[in-house]
Amino acid sequence: MSGEKKTGLIDAKRRQFLGDAARTACGCAVAATFLTVWQAQAKALPADAIRPPGALPEEEFLGACVRCGLCVRDCPFDTLKLAELGETGPATGTPYFTARDVPCEMCEDIPCVVACPTGALDHSLTNIDDANMGVAVLIDQENCLNFLGLRCDVCYRVCPLIDEAITLEVRPNLRTGSHAVFVPTVQADFCTGCGLCEKACVLPESAIKVLPQRIARAESAEHYRLGWEEKAKAGNALVPGVIDLPDRVPDATPFEPVFKPGKGRP
Amino acid sequence: MTSAHLDSVVCERPKHGWLRRNRFLLLRRGVQLFTLALFLAGPWAGLWIVKGTLTSSMTLGVLPLTDPFLMLQALVSGHWPELTGIIGVAIVVGSYAVFGGRIYCSWVCPMNVVTDSANWVHRMLGLKKGWQPKKQTRYWVMAMTLLVAAGTGSLAYELVNPVTMLHRGLVFGMGFAWASVVMVFLFDVFVSRHGWCGHLCPMGAVYGLLNIQSLLRVSAKNREACDDCMDCFEVCPENHVISPALRGKGDDTPLILNRDCTACGRCIDVCDLDVFSFTHRFDTQLIQPTSIEPIQHDPAPIKAMGGHK
Repeated sequence: MSGEKKTGLIDAKRRQFLGDAARTACGCAVAATFLTVWQAQAKALPADAIRPPGALPEEEFLGACVRCGLCVRDCPFDTLKLAELGETGPATGTPYFTARDVPCEMCEDIPCVVACPTGALDHSLTNIDDANMGVAVLIDQENCLNFLGLRCDVCYRVCPLIDEAITLEVRPNLRTGSHAVFVPTVQADFCTGCGLCEKACVLPESAIKVLPQRIARAESAEHYRLGWEEKAKAGNALVPGVIDLPDRVPDATPFEPVFKPGKGRP
Repeated sequence: MTSAHLDSVVCERPKHGWLRRNRFLLLRRGVQLFTLALFLAGPWAGLWIVKGTLTSSMTLGVLPLTDPFLMLQALVSGHWPELTGIIGVAIVVGSYAVFGGRIYCSWVCPMNVVTDSANWVHRMLGLKKGWQPKKQTRYWVMAMTLLVAAGTGSLAYELVNPVTMLHRGLVFGMGFAWASVVMVFLFDVFVSRHGWCGHLCPMGAVYGLLNIQSLLRVSAKNREACDDCMDCFEVCPENHVISPALRGKGDDTPLILNRDCTACGRCIDVCDLDVFSFTHRFDTQLIQPTSIEPIQHDPAPIKAMGGHK
């Protein structure tokens, strides 16, 4: 009798325990679902939010950054800021900067990276010229003063890697027919994404902008081979006996020179 | 015990002054403010003593401190930290494990001020204790946050963690983070007494785990003097920890050894009979009653009040 009673008590206790555990587990599962969904949405880093130098790829960065703000504190130019809850920006508490507000001045000793206790900013980055925060893209050729044939050149002049990351490419000015256009041209392999050019652009809205790699860059297909490079490598044409056909120019519209330096339109 | 006897006990009962009844509370507020001031001296006055936030900081350029819960999330999400981070965690874990894990909760964490205030309002309004999750719930929440971190490879909980958000907000700029703080406050006032710090917060759970063997303890040394006024149970944010020590008989340890105890000292504050005091975990001494005839405990009124909860 007393044995039965005891067993019943244990059963009741076990039921209670299992019930409690199941309830808590369900509550946690609901919370976990919300967190996961929220997390997935928060991953969408806006294009104008640039991570500090050395930041791991975004997916890894979000698992490594403890949102402490030490990089922000050690940035001597107050470039970096922490994302605040509610602003449409990067994940809450993570560091970023907006180039048009305050660009990265590319300190030689990279104090933000040194300060990072977790390595979310990769400590193997020791030369700031190797940083890869994004790529500048001359995004609006219609309003860029250089494209209009003027000599603004500001983005080119402020570039810390002048003549490497931004070069001026001379093109004929087809509007006047006799002048040159100096096209500011970003060399993506050299550009660190510091944003000094975006900051310096004299237009009310910058014509050159730093964008994340994923938006700014294409990727060449792995199987593509550039014939001229292959030819140079091999020292001779790879397909022998290719006949060089004469250029076929339509008779009715012969090419007229549109550009005579210093002479104006013909 | 006759009613005449009870009356006489009440009449003779000492009553401490306000300062004495709030000394550890005031001291804690002082420490909390001081901690915050260390972080704010830099941005506000250019005096860089501590940089960063409570999740990870650097003091005077030499002392790194990193929160173990944050680091745990980073670890399970698949990232191995830099040496400074590891040293920082080691110092924090070591210090709290030795001195008292949940000291963090009541002496450092800025959320403590919020939930203490919430509890004060809750008591003033005379509200029922409301939803009381099981004692293990915080460990479930902790496990949940770590699972989500592992599953998503990201510190997902940090998108909603009101504790880190509050401190970061105070030091770097609040944004909309005040809303999550208000939510915690309202939750503690209207939904669940001691709900956040006492039942849910996964950071507190981690510090609780560090509290298992730590030295600093509150002891109900003078438990023979207790006259069951229940003041300590009323103010204690984790009041299940008191009973074993206070109601212990004979050789039962007077030490509050439960890992949930935050060593806030509130029980020491409010006890007019000086039952409690801070001590270390090896001090199991009891103060022998000075009166020849110790006050007899009559369990009946306690039961009538709903037991020792």
